[in-house]
Amino acid sequence: MGLDFTVVPGYFGILLMGMGWTISITVCAGLLSFFGGIIFAVIALYGHWTLRLPVRGFAFLFMGTPLLLQLFLIYFGLIQIGIDLPAFVAGVIGLGLHFAVYNSELIQASILAVDKGQYEGARTLGLSRGQTLRRIVIPQAVRAVIPPMGNNMIALLKDSALVSVIGVMELTLAAQQAISRTYRPFEFYLAAAFCYYIINLALEAGLRRLERRIAASR
Amino acid sequence: MDTDLILRVYPFFLEAAWVTIQLSVLTALLGLCCGALGAAARMSRLAVFRWIGAVYVSLWRGTPALIQIFILYFGGPQIGIQLDSFEAGTIALGVNIGAYMTETIRGAILSVDKGQTEAARTLGMSRWETMRKVILPQAARLMIRPLGVNINALIKGTALVAPISVVELTYTAQRFIGSTYKPFEMFLIAGLLYMVIIYVVGHGINWLDRRARIT
Repeated sequence: MGLDFTVVPGYFGILLMGMGWTISITVCAGLLSFFGGIIFAVIALYGHWTLRLPVRGFAFLFMGTPLLLQLFLIYFGLIQIGIDLPAFVAGVIGLGLHFAVYNSELIQASILAVDKGQYEGARTLGLSRGQTLRRIVIPQAVRAVIPPMGNNMIALLKDSALVSVIGVMELTLAAQQAISRTYRPFEFYLAAAFCYYIINLALEAGLRRLERRIAASR
Repeated sequence: MDTDLILRVYPFFLEAAWVTIQLSVLTALLGLCCGALGAAARMSRLAVFRWIGAVYVSLWRGTPALIQIFILYFGGPQIGIQLDSFEAGTIALGVNIGAYMTETIRGAILSVDKGQTEAARTLGMSRWETMRKVILPQAARLMIRPLGVNINALIKGTALVAPISVVELTYTAQRFIGSTYKPFEMFLIAGLLYMVIIYVVGHGINWLDRRARIT
């Protein structure tokens, strides 16, 4: 069976819809990983030990195991304890938590690198501990790690393909549906790869602009 | 926690861990070859090679590894490439991690001080001699740690061959979750084995890095 790319345009709609879902998952999981990363970082550094230990243990477990395995745990684990979430939500939670752990590592290092004088100055001016963290330390720490966090977002976009395995309808699964009707895996997986590449280029361009703006505002 | 069940299924996981180790080793070796070739291409004097290297890195890093595996395994037969799932998984993952290693190796070579090249060239060494006798020995030390990061990602990345039914750790966990409905137990066994592999490899890389620094 040779290659025949003329079948691809007939399934343009499905691929486009898949692209839309891939972008939605990436945005939702990206936001979750961003805010989750900040929360994990603060708990890991300043939390009471009853919170700190579980968060550190969780991070240790999630950094040492594959994302795909974690997705199975979350999807089937939630069903086992009686929470039957739609696959999309389970996928977003799995991807979001996985990358929250990686973002948290970056933010923790960055928080520790914020000049101590900033903290002392804020406390001297009468800000509480929480206020100092929220208004002075964390904004500076997060801003410094935007470029490496951007790399995590790019990784997240590509890893979003994995949620097809737990049945989330996104680009990879859309390609699989087209394949199940046409029996042309090469053409449609290549088409899907092309779509990912386009989204990836757009995301990279967006991140570069963001980095330039942050650099300019310093 | 169902310890009886864990004791009953763990031999299957040990066998699967061995497959994961084989996959990791083969993928790492193939990745290093692709990375070395890629870095050589990207730093070539010929524009064609530089272009090929840049396209390789951009395309393979810009698309999901899972899709690359699917293209080779499911799409391969259409263009006359018949591979079993283990072969297809190893080759696709190796070429994928090779794109990341290309940048790691290139970065290490570029971070060797420029004066070294200038001095060696002034002493009459050819471009190739300079690279082989002066630059590469220094760059090799610099690339151990970042290559270790690539290899750590690669070990976890081997889970991606589970969807094409290579019986490795994640596939085994998935199968047992499906048959026993005990996701936490299966996650713990598989996760623990992954962490042991990653810990041992990480330790080996630290040891290499320390040794390279002393000499």
